[in-house]
Amino acid sequence: MSALKGSAPIGTLTTGGPAPPLAPAPRRRRETLYYAVHNKKLVFGLSLELVFVLAAIFGPVIALHNMTDFFASNQAPSGQHWLGTDNLGHDLFAEVVNGMQVSYLVGAIGALCAAFVGMALGFTAGWRGGFLDEVLQMITNIVVMIPALVLLIVIGAYLKTRGVMFEGAFIGLTTWPWVARAVRAQTFTLKSREFVDLARLSGKRGTSIVIREIAPNMASYLFLVVILLFGSSMLLAANFDFLGLGPTTGTSLGNIMNQSTLWSALQLHYWWWFLPPGILLTGMVAALLIANVGLDEVFNPKLREQ
Amino acid sequence: MRRYFIRKVLTYALAFFVGVTIDWAIPHMMPGDPVQLYLSNFNLKPAGYEALYKTMSQAFGTNLPLWEQYLHYWKGLLTGNWGISFWAFPAPVSTLIFEALPYTLALLVPAIVLSYIVGNRLGAAAARRRVLDNTVLPAGYVFQAIPYPWLALALPFLLGVVWHVFPISGGYDRSLIPAFSWTFIASLLYHWFLPFLTVFLVALGGWAIGMRNLVIYELENDSSRYLRALGARERVVRRYAYRSASLPQLSGLALALGVVVGGSIVTEYAFSYPGIGRLIFQAISNQDYFLLQGIFIFIIIGVLVANFIIDIVYVVVDPRTRLSMQGESS
Repeated sequence: MSALKGSAPIGTLTTGGPAPPLAPAPRRRRETLYYAVHNKKLVFGLSLELVFVLAAIFGPVIALHNMTDFFASNQAPSGQHWLGTDNLGHDLFAEVVNGMQVSYLVGAIGALCAAFVGMALGFTAGWRGGFLDEVLQMITNIVVMIPALVLLIVIGAYLKTRGVMFEGAFIGLTTWPWVARAVRAQTFTLKSREFVDLARLSGKRGTSIVIREIAPNMASYLFLVVILLFGSSMLLAANFDFLGLGPTTGTSLGNIMNQSTLWSALQLHYWWWFLPPGILLTGMVAALLIANVGLDEVFNPKLREQ
Repeated sequence: MRRYFIRKVLTYALAFFVGVTIDWAIPHMMPGDPVQLYLSNFNLKPAGYEALYKTMSQAFGTNLPLWEQYLHYWKGLLTGNWGISFWAFPAPVSTLIFEALPYTLALLVPAIVLSYIVGNRLGAAAARRRVLDNTVLPAGYVFQAIPYPWLALALPFLLGVVWHVFPISGGYDRSLIPAFSWTFIASLLYHWFLPFLTVFLVALGGWAIGMRNLVIYELENDSSRYLRALGARERVVRRYAYRSASLPQLSGLALALGVVVGGSIVTEYAFSYPGIGRLIFQAISNQDYFLLQGIFIFIIIGVLVANFIIDIVYVVVDPRTRLSMQGESS
């Protein structure tokens, strides 16, 4: 019954494994909103995330320099270059805000891909059951076992150019099993409820029962899962980029860290090169996590502080 | 019981089959002819090229139909013939892997197991205790959100470059030759600590938060209420909650241990640590596809074995697994 509980050592987020809550009925919507506005974690997380998103969007506008311009190399942060410059003399502030955009983009693509595949397979397996379920479960178990990073390295060894889309899609196509498992388990329990039987009696087709009756009942849960996937995709992408397996076009946060190691920024004490991208990414993901826990409490009364 | 194990074994066999097939297929799907690529390194005259191309294709078996190449691949795999490395010629791929393996295991297994133990204890202690919860929880989120590469840069920068406490790269002092001596072992431990610390820290937050949430759920459970109603002390209730909450965490541990071999790649890359992860990078930068294929297979075997062991452990630890073997449960 548990959600994304794969506590892989690197780049995988976990929630506990609690039973997901059921969505509130329409008349309780106002109550949900009340708890949402009064939940400190949710408000804090969302506002923090909003700051980062605004920085990613308007950063390039307020940046003094273009990402592609050249200046004196390896300068420490100053009024001219807020985050200093790298070995080629690029302004690091311009690179970092651009990297934030790339990180958000990869995270969004990864989360949506994983959610789409995971939900499609999870609903199908849970609703149809039987042989199809066995087959889909087997596929899920196989995908879980194939190490994504190694697969990416093997593919990357042969593929010469990779874009942001490729990276996002790759992350989505290797992380969907968590979603599929959770959705399948949920569908199984909801399937035997009276309102589903009623829908069946009314002659509705399977797909429309799943979409109209079952999915809305775990909407809040799916929403939380997508947020978590969003965060974990960004972290995974940072790992890939750090290894030089990220997009070969464009600069991401992980990419900047990769460049800094390649040019020995560590040994040369160029801290402004590798510290800011990681701190920003930590903030971006942490804000998501905090908002996520807040949302969890809003949807699920049991978790609220007493 | 029997049905459960048959299904498990079938899944593992299929996963292995798929893994091996992917491993075999990827180089074959890529454009270009390996023999042609190899021969283009030399300045050959057309006639000589023709003759060499023919012999080389025969020697490598690339002139055979694909299905025959595929069978050959399986045969080599099962008889332990994983090929010879290009890069470290003439060392066999399997020797290289087994030389690098101890470093990876010694680095990651203690880090993951320790973070599991400490994280679970912390999380369980924090659940439903306001003061602890308000410190452990935010710290947990931050640790969970830290991108690992950044930690692997920031910690060595602080402890290695600025304060000169620990070395920032390598598996042992470069002036030493690997031997079973105290100086060498001391050097190993000295170089081991920093990478170990980064892996330990980055995994800690996830375990702690997971455990905290699970214990909260267990404490709100009917079974806990029943215990309290019976007059059990809070300590006893908590101990029971901890035990039931450990189960999902245990399967998380299995997954973490399963990806140990593959998961060390970023760590070993950041610290130039001489394990499997760095071997992968050497294989890539030297275009040593035999070595790369060998490591991939090895990692898949590792994941499968870890999962299989945890399946068995689960049957022993969780009575519900044994029950569900008799009937269908969701």
